[in-house]
Amino acid sequence: MSGIKKIMSKTTIIKPKKTFSFEDIKEIWQYKELAYFFAWRDTKVRYKQTFIGIAWAVFQPFVAMVVFSIFFGTLAKMPSDGVPYPIFVYSGLLFWQFFSSALSETSNSLVGNAGIITKVYFPRLILPISGVVTKFVDFGIASLILVGLMFYYNITPNPIILLILPLLLLITFIAAMGGGLFLASINVKYRDVRYVLPYFIQMLLFVTPVIYPASIAGKWSFLLALNPMTGVIKASRAALFGTEPINWELLGISLIAVLILLVIGIIFFKRTERYFADII
Amino acid sequence: MTNSIEIKNIGKKYDITHQRGSYVSLRDVITNILKNPFKHAKHKVKKVLGKIEKEEFWALKDINLTIKKGEIIGIIGANGAGKSTLLKLLSKITPPTTGEIKIDGKVASLLEVGTGFHPELTGRENIFLNGAILGMTKKEIVERFDNIVEFSGVKQFLDTPVKRYSSGMYVRLAFAVAAHMEPDILVVDEVLAVGDAEFQKKSLGKLDEVSKTEGRTILFVSHNMVAIQKLCKKTILLEEGKIKMVGETKEVIDFYFHRQGETSKLPLEERKDRKGSGNVRFTKCELLTPSLENRVLKLKLSYKNKTENTYNNIKISVDIKNTNGEHLANITNNVLDQKINIQKGVGSIFLKIINFNLESGEYTFSLFMATDKMNSEILDSVEDVLMFNIDNGGFYNTGKLPPIRSKVFFDFIFNNNKN
Repeated sequence: MSGIKKIMSKTTIIKPKKTFSFEDIKEIWQYKELAYFFAWRDTKVRYKQTFIGIAWAVFQPFVAMVVFSIFFGTLAKMPSDGVPYPIFVYSGLLFWQFFSSALSETSNSLVGNAGIITKVYFPRLILPISGVVTKFVDFGIASLILVGLMFYYNITPNPIILLILPLLLLITFIAAMGGGLFLASINVKYRDVRYVLPYFIQMLLFVTPVIYPASIAGKWSFLLALNPMTGVIKASRAALFGTEPINWELLGISLIAVLILLVIGIIFFKRTERYFADII
Repeated sequence: MTNSIEIKNIGKKYDITHQRGSYVSLRDVITNILKNPFKHAKHKVKKVLGKIEKEEFWALKDINLTIKKGEIIGIIGANGAGKSTLLKLLSKITPPTTGEIKIDGKVASLLEVGTGFHPELTGRENIFLNGAILGMTKKEIVERFDNIVEFSGVKQFLDTPVKRYSSGMYVRLAFAVAAHMEPDILVVDEVLAVGDAEFQKKSLGKLDEVSKTEGRTILFVSHNMVAIQKLCKKTILLEEGKIKMVGETKEVIDFYFHRQGETSKLPLEERKDRKGSGNVRFTKCELLTPSLENRVLKLKLSYKNKTENTYNNIKISVDIKNTNGEHLANITNNVLDQKINIQKGVGSIFLKIINFNLESGEYTFSLFMATDKMNSEILDSVEDVLMFNIDNGGFYNTGKLPPIRSKVFFDFIFNNNKN
């Protein structure tokens, strides 16, 4: 049909903003390419800026593993469910790094992109989403070390890890998103939040069974279970080392908990979204 | 013709606290609650019941406007009249407080050149990133890539990080990307103010070309009346958040200058159309040398400090514009590393301009004062404070200018006796 121009017409109506609607989800889908570009930018810049580049993603958890192995493994004789301590702590650190870096990335996603937010429109949720996606790359690179350690200690993982891994990543993703959305909103309103955040995240490390096994808490372990990352890290160790059966019930609870967290995060984010461009 | 944009009863309200840009800190909020829990609770209750009057500011109020498809509309007005707010509403950056806007077609807004440019990324990478931010799909960017590169003229630096670009190259590349958006409605803020004269000419030409494309609607905000007159048939004048006048560009601009002349006749202290925190205000601007003898111009700027502090290392700048609104000169203590301090109460600052050699005509001064620190606070900023005439001016003291337009002037002497 040459010569006939297709006329596409789209009508937009701009009104005082209301709360969340399904239109928003549709809109995010329309802007998926922009989300990809933001993630691409962050990844690219991160590996360009740091002197050692890609190695940074490996270096960070690796050094943490060495330090923890010396102090907690060798000196403090921390129990590790019968698994060599370095690989035990590394498996925990892998998910922990993913969670904590994604959380801090998301909570700074609005303030850090203020220049763009005040000049161009796009669904603001794109920013935290691409912030978390970026961290998948680090996770992928850092996992290579784990594979190396598995060979070194001659541990054969339960093949179920391949099945369960996407689920564990999903839970971590949602947990970081939910918390991050909430923190991003209050970060816009209260500018001192970003200084407190690193300490807050560091504290979270100690209520998560990363450097110690969950079993250490004894009859208080149900308190640890309130933390969704406990379920993720326990399940990953169960699948990798076969020390215990996978606790599906706990994983289910974690999934529900992070979904609730996500809903709260989105509600909060949406409620403050309309002010962002005005007060940022 | 069909309507492209219908604006009905649009209003935008800001809380003054937000406007000042002072951030609430969580620490203060928590300590306040802990120190005085009852007072805080009472305050909250009052707030919810609406018994406390918030400081409000309507940046726009009761705006009604219909723009037809293919129209090119200029928007003018003093600083703080609501021009940028209107563009922000149209580009969905901030939602309106009241009313409704109906837009038919795809909108692209260009409120700044180079939004989202990342200094560490190369020119090529930034074209893709910036294009995506401006709303182009990857496919569209790939298709237009060659044209963008050609227009920008930075081909040989495509794989250099833009942090190594000169500011001219940076702006050219950024504008090139923006110029290749192909929306139905284009919203442009004061973006041509950046860059050199050649760039301005080129980008204005591009806008002109874009505007001639069938059925494209353009809204163009500028202080550059020459550009507005060149591009737009119709112009809107905003004043204090309201539409003051809509009509033929020439008429609106004439009306605006006439009015502006009137506001600048108001004593400086009573002027309301100013920006900044207001902690220190200019109260008077006096021309001490009305006759401009020996091309020396002296100004006395009086101020009033409303706080209990003294301000050290203040940045003061005096801008000179012609009646077309064209920026001619910026005179600031910053470039000389001169320190100016503001004392408590009232005081004055004296400025002496040597070799003041503007050609004959009418000019205005604008004043600006800010703290010169990392998080610089604008104290006061007023446009067109003082209007003055130069009768026998020009570089050569004769009131004459070279017949061929010159950008640079030299002192020279012709002599037919000696060499």
